[in-house]
Amino acid sequence: MAEAGLAALWFAAVLALLQLLLGALTIRWGGRADATPRRAASIAALAGSVRPVAVVQGLLSAVAMLCLIWVFATSDMTVKLVVENSQSAKPMMYKVAGAWGNHEGSMLLWVTILGLAGGAVALLERRLEERTLIATLAAQAAIALGFYAFLLVASNPFARIWPAPADGLGLNPLLQDPGLAFHPPTLYVGYVGLSVAFSFAVGALVTGDVGPAFARAMRPWVLGAWTFLTVGITAGSYWAYYELGWGGWWFWDPVENASLMPWLAATALLHSVTVLATRDGLRAWTVMLAVVAFSMSMIGTFLVRSGILTSVHAFAVDPTRGAFILALLAIYIGGALALFALRVGTVRQGTTFDLVSREGGLVLNNLLLSVILGIVLIGTLYPLVAAGFGVQLSIGAPFFDKAAGPIALILVAAMAVGPLVRWRRDDGQAVLARMTWPIAASAFTAAGLIALGGSMAILPLLALSLAAGLAVASIAPLWGRALRRTPLAIWGMVVAHLGVAVSLAGMAASSAWTQERLVAVGPGEPTRVGPFTVTLVGIAPVLGENWSGLEGQLRATRDEDVLILKPQQRFFANPPTTTNETSIRSFWDGQLYTVLGQPDGRGRWQVRLWWKPFVTLIWLGGALIAIGGALSLIGRVARDRRAAQRGGWA
Amino acid sequence: MSTAASEQRTGGSRLIWVPLAGFVLLFAIVAIGLWRPADRTVRSALVGKPMPGIALAPVVAGKPGIEAGRFAKGQARLVNIFASWCIPCAAEAPQLLRLKAMGVPIDAVAVKDTPAAVAAFLARYGDPYDAIGGDPDSAVQFALGSSGVPETFLVDGNGRIVEQHVGDIRAEEVDGLAAKVRGLR
Amino acid sequence: MRRAILAALALLAASGVSPLAADTPLPAQPLAYTQLADPAQEARAKALMETLRCLVCQGQSIADSDASMAGDMRALVRQRIAAGESPAAIRRWLISRYGDYVSYDPPLSGATWPLYLAPILLLLAGIWIARASFRKRRR
Repeated sequence: MAEAGLAALWFAAVLALLQLLLGALTIRWGGRADATPRRAASIAALAGSVRPVAVVQGLLSAVAMLCLIWVFATSDMTVKLVVENSQSAKPMMYKVAGAWGNHEGSMLLWVTILGLAGGAVALLERRLEERTLIATLAAQAAIALGFYAFLLVASNPFARIWPAPADGLGLNPLLQDPGLAFHPPTLYVGYVGLSVAFSFAVGALVTGDVGPAFARAMRPWVLGAWTFLTVGITAGSYWAYYELGWGGWWFWDPVENASLMPWLAATALLHSVTVLATRDGLRAWTVMLAVVAFSMSMIGTFLVRSGILTSVHAFAVDPTRGAFILALLAIYIGGALALFALRVGTVRQGTTFDLVSREGGLVLNNLLLSVILGIVLIGTLYPLVAAGFGVQLSIGAPFFDKAAGPIALILVAAMAVGPLVRWRRDDGQAVLARMTWPIAASAFTAAGLIALGGSMAILPLLALSLAAGLAVASIAPLWGRALRRTPLAIWGMVVAHLGVAVSLAGMAASSAWTQERLVAVGPGEPTRVGPFTVTLVGIAPVLGENWSGLEGQLRATRDEDVLILKPQQRFFANPPTTTNETSIRSFWDGQLYTVLGQPDGRGRWQVRLWWKPFVTLIWLGGALIAIGGALSLIGRVARDRRAAQRGGWA
Repeated sequence: MSTAASEQRTGGSRLIWVPLAGFVLLFAIVAIGLWRPADRTVRSALVGKPMPGIALAPVVAGKPGIEAGRFAKGQARLVNIFASWCIPCAAEAPQLLRLKAMGVPIDAVAVKDTPAAVAAFLARYGDPYDAIGGDPDSAVQFALGSSGVPETFLVDGNGRIVEQHVGDIRAEEVDGLAAKVRGLR
Repeated sequence: MRRAILAALALLAASGVSPLAADTPLPAQPLAYTQLADPAQEARAKALMETLRCLVCQGQSIADSDASMAGDMRALVRQRIAAGESPAAIRRWLISRYGDYVSYDPPLSGATWPLYLAPILLLLAGIWIARASFRKRRR
């Protein structure tokens, strides 16, 4: 089975090379005006073969991935990767997830998604000018080829081991978690979506065909990528929240930043591509952003894999692999940026705008998102630069909060106004009039909080007030519309913007009102945290499928409600690790978060208790943002379909 | 960027190369970080500065603790931060015994340890120490800017920290260390 | 087998032995895992701990780490706050021992001014680039 996978991988690589060559030849020969009819026919034949090759290449990469999943599912201990990352006594779900819970497998998953996405572009895309599409597919093949080479040369997932050991070494227990089993694939889909946008940008640069048609072709891929990135980041944040056991949900850790940067770029791209599609403006900028967004996902992958930055999440650290990814990065991104500098002159100037207009708002959005992106990038890499000069320093939450926080709040304010401004030109007074209710909501919230809360920190106060205003403003575009006839894309925007308000409210509320109790308790001793009284009932041993552990029984009461929470300490033998299993209960107004610590040596146990008001809103908001993206995607695709059926231009 | 970019056709400005230049800079930073990884060891900021005034209670019977002012009595010495529960510390023991045999005075700080465990450790791996002070809550480790066990500080006769050795002392490092201590006398 | 493991675990639960081999036999200090009685002092300690880097972890603050050394540093912070020392003084004391590495909030210095200047420069550059997208209203 492993050999079949390897063979599929080789064939796919050869096809990717073929796809690249065919595409390049088509573009090169097809560009000549003096082509004879016979010559034109052979060029058309060449061009016609690019699409099927892309589809078959995608299918072959999927076959390779299925082979890998198969050897993991059957615990084939003659395969080195299985031995190193799996174990026969493990739930089936984690065996399958183990296939991509390691460097080689995750890279194979990457190219599989990449190949399938390329195949999908080849099958579905009919709007773009043929030459631009061929150039796009050739660029996609070039990316895939690099990763095939990486897999086949530097990280073969199908290598056998001899003699075969009786059992494997196991998967890192921290990764044996349903959330994490599906977190990486989600992010990869997002990264690959951005690679498609990148290929479109390269294709458009090659042919100089940057315009609304290009924007419409690229937009679904950007929307899809952005939706998956949102899901990935939201899920990753929740995973860190319940798994690390200290109640934090974002740490400004390099690996987290590595996933945030592509998201920021994709968010900016999503908005600029709308300007390009609707008003034919921001041409060069949109192309640039498409390149930057994919660069960020490559740089993110590089930072995670090379281990040049220390992170809690670091895995599969290997400088050789880092060097390989870096080389790919240099070729693709350096190449694309050079192409940009050389070719952008052939891109005709787009329209310019009035300052007070929807376009103006979207430019502001792009400006602020790009600045935040720059801050995160610089903050993440700065310790590396300093280390080069022999200075050790650490950059964390205080810097990012101070530098990016205020800009993010301005962005939120801009988000509230933007959708209420008309395209082309609007009147400042009229916009202000439309903002009456949102401003009233903000003022009312601020006044209420000051009256009730008294001593509230300024930042959460500001954030909560802004969130209230944004929530009202984000629904405002629906006012006066027939709801059933409102396009899905508008719904998408409304839901996504509302999601940002919800998430922001969750962040502000939980940071302002969280209550923490770190105590050593004996059985029967009550502790108060928030509205709850928590009592340790007892400690008992428990056994899982591949771990053993201790389980604390905590009885929590609020008014008449009584509930039992069971936080655990788990000991994994293979590899030897201790993990904390938090026990969390959600209520409409917050979460009770409990952790069992160590015994204190005097018959008591350390327990950690948190009452986190409205913390769930953070991830609920993230989910809403993703749902908004999905609605928008469905709306756009359906509309393009209908337009294509009518035979008009989409 | 958009119109700045499109103005290039007429203006011919070189600004359009800025993104590529930015990328080259970024590439250089990470490439250097990859090929010449910086030393990740967290070193004490006290090297070259006076030893903090520490006084530690004895840990094992018949062996003094570390009294205040011990390090400014004209004799250069090593201060070994160790623990009985630390595996590299056991691996380091023969090297310390050799240093002791070469006439290098060594004091010790036992981190987060119990008297019984330290006594058992010394009985098993040998005792190269003139004095052993207990540091039950890592307070001395923090005061010295030490971030793990074992570490060894070289202190000159005036009580100034000359050097910090992070990790266990290897056999090939013994002669050099002994020479440094002698040189300080 | 299953019963043997359960018995061993029950023993472990009773004796409170730490399961990790190469770790200290001493229990964690009380202040590593329990709060100060005074909420105002605890709030100051907590805010400081969130900005101090754990020395032995991979990029975590001491407020988010189960490492024994992080626990000791939390205890040190709480003791000093309880003794009336200011958070800034405690940070300075730790920086004098470990350098800027220990603080997630690097001070403005020769090595960090480009970092603090960067957001402002980025914003200015962004405005300059965006400016070109707008039509001049009056000429």
